[in-house]
Amino acid sequence: MSQTLNASTLLAVPMAPLVGAILAGVFGTQFGGNWIGRRLTHSLTILGVLLAFILSAMTLKSVVMDGARFNESLYTWMVVGGLKMEVGFLIDGLTAMMMCVVTFVSLMVHIYTIGYMEEDEGYNRFFAYISLFTFSMLMLVMSNNMLQLFFGWEAVGLVSYLLIGFWFNKPSAIFANMKAFLVNRVGDFGFILGIGLIAAYSGTLDYAEVFAKGAELTALSLPGTSWMLVTVICICLFIGAMGKSAQFPLHVWLPDSMEGPTPISALIHAATMVTAGIFMVARMSPLFELSETALNFVMVIGAITALFMGFLGIIQNDIKRVVAYSTLSQLGYMTVALGASAYSVAVFHLMTHAFFKALLFLAAGSVIMGLHHNQDIRWMGGVRKYMPITWITSLLGSLALIGTPLFSGFYSKDSIIEAVHESHLAGAGFAHFAVLAGVFVTAFYSFRMYFLVFHGKERYDQNPDAHHDAHHDAHHDGHGHDAHKPHESPWVVTVPLILLAIPSVVIGFMTISPMLFGDLFKDAIIVDAVKHPVMQELKSAFHGPVAMALHALSTAPFWLALAGVVTAWYMYLINPAVPAAIGRALRPLVLILENKYFMDWINENILARGARALGNGLWKVGDRTVIDGFFVDGSWKLVGKVSAWSRKLQTGYLYHYALVMILGIFVLMTYFVWLNK
Amino acid sequence: MALTLGHYLALGAMLFALAVIGIFLNRKNLIVLLMAIELMLLAVNMNFVAFSHYLGDMHGQVFVFFILTVAAAESAIGLAILVLLFRNKNSINVDELNSLKG
Repeated sequence: MSQTLNASTLLAVPMAPLVGAILAGVFGTQFGGNWIGRRLTHSLTILGVLLAFILSAMTLKSVVMDGARFNESLYTWMVVGGLKMEVGFLIDGLTAMMMCVVTFVSLMVHIYTIGYMEEDEGYNRFFAYISLFTFSMLMLVMSNNMLQLFFGWEAVGLVSYLLIGFWFNKPSAIFANMKAFLVNRVGDFGFILGIGLIAAYSGTLDYAEVFAKGAELTALSLPGTSWMLVTVICICLFIGAMGKSAQFPLHVWLPDSMEGPTPISALIHAATMVTAGIFMVARMSPLFELSETALNFVMVIGAITALFMGFLGIIQNDIKRVVAYSTLSQLGYMTVALGASAYSVAVFHLMTHAFFKALLFLAAGSVIMGLHHNQDIRWMGGVRKYMPITWITSLLGSLALIGTPLFSGFYSKDSIIEAVHESHLAGAGFAHFAVLAGVFVTAFYSFRMYFLVFHGKERYDQNPDAHHDAHHDAHHDGHGHDAHKPHESPWVVTVPLILLAIPSVVIGFMTISPMLFGDLFKDAIIVDAVKHPVMQELKSAFHGPVAMALHALSTAPFWLALAGVVTAWYMYLINPAVPAAIGRALRPLVLILENKYFMDWINENILARGARALGNGLWKVGDRTVIDGFFVDGSWKLVGKVSAWSRKLQTGYLYHYALVMILGIFVLMTYFVWLNK
Repeated sequence: MALTLGHYLALGAMLFALAVIGIFLNRKNLIVLLMAIELMLLAVNMNFVAFSHYLGDMHGQVFVFFILTVAAAESAIGLAILVLLFRNKNSINVDELNSLKG
């Protein structure tokens, strides 16, 4: 099987970033005595990631060109009963593609960070974290068993926690990273239940062995209920994906994660980590194919996320939050595709999205730098004159995001809409409506942000909160005389933007045929073609990428996207009074959106407070009254009372003792003589 | 009227009952308590002798001698304790002797 892939090369892929992370994290920080400086730190970590990227690209090449596959366990951690816990790699089209996406975006973000974090005290620590993240994500995607998948899953969660709270002096950042961690625990709980069920019923954690037992699992139902076991397993696993991929209602952590530095918003909370859930469901496709119920569940959750999170993007004023809600919405699209059994389409969108969303985030970061850490789009405008590269790349990214024909996002998003249209599941009607409406919403908020930032009047000197910041920046930057003028970012920032803009434009056009209709994923993603013929129908309608783009001109998504752009253009450039008027007219609706559907309120006041009340009740009633009061204190009190009473028997009078002796003899004699005959 | 075994056993039982009552009705004198115990042993001896005669087995009467010996020793020890007690407490009143507890 593995003619051209060998274990040590593959092992080097995750190990290179890990070595970089350890060197940077131990010797580059106070922990190891600041041995290596900034320049050496970023050189080492970038070298590690570059090596990983080159090896990943070589792996992808041999997988695509020579059809090479690799599935071996390299190390047995332990064997418990019959259950083997191993570290191993499974390399096929899906893994190789993910490896390239992860390492490429990570490399871009590493380079970008040199510019973005230039003035930060935690420079070396930041590089250590993002390299560690790259290692964790690679372990996750390259895994050939559930345990290693779970290891990677938790490790990326940990790094995400560390990075959201990177500025640990900021209370909002600490709150956000705690929130992300807690919400992810909810998802991970479902995930580990799913893994546990798989281990319990199939007796193995290895992907190939589990999938081989899929047919056996379909026949079983969860003990004590009539639920199909496979359905329960799939929904449990998907709850894990909901946490990591921020699907409704576990999405609440992702917008708050924008408290972290922008490069990690691009790398972790847009391009790679949040797609882990999508990747995992695609990897588990042989199991999900067995359960219609689970697929319906997946599709409906995805549709809700795709549409309703898009709405929230419309009213956000923080540039990073707009992009964050856009990420949520796009993750919803991918999830819908998973539900429609179009796993390869979901993975395709995952890949194109990784490029253009990383681009948009890095461009947003570049704008933030250019505007001296102002993130509020109401106080931007006209930036295109000052930051031409950021402007052009952002425009390309936004066009890709809204699905302009020939751009990468168009191919993946249009395929998703088509796939949902072809799906025959119960939830497909709602999902189709949601993804279609989502196209308009996406186009509207993307271009609202684009117009407000790059076009229109220059408003960055009107920010009422800016005086303090400007002074602060002037002090820091040492160019106080023009501190409020935007400036283009240094080359380490713009080069990654350009390098990401290229795939954002062309990757969809180039790869739609092999990824969706070729055999890149033929042994990685298994679809029950009889029950879910979505991919066949897409294939029969597909006549090459150019024809697809031309055909799109006559379909609804294109016109919806165009309508979204035009609406945004009219409302924010031509007649800015309109949004305010609409806002006043639909005050209750805006209120709901501003409060994010009251999800945070529900979480804080009902779930968190309810849990605290429950805990308080259990503490007062269960712990203090029953356990402490009844069992612990009760037992000594009982002993004391019995003793106090029995002490009275011991009077000290001889004649009492003698009497008791005699009565005792009588009792014993009665027993032995009469009753014990 | 000939004396039967029943008469002897009844006498033994009466003596024993007297002794028991003597133990717990007596609140005054420790000597009476010792005498009551002595009486209890004699009641048992009476039963031994009666059964021995009735069954024609001398073992019972041999046992009586052992019991008498032990009872004498016991009385000696008991009286010795009594003397010491009187020296220490200046009283042999049973109701005042309640220090026999933990």
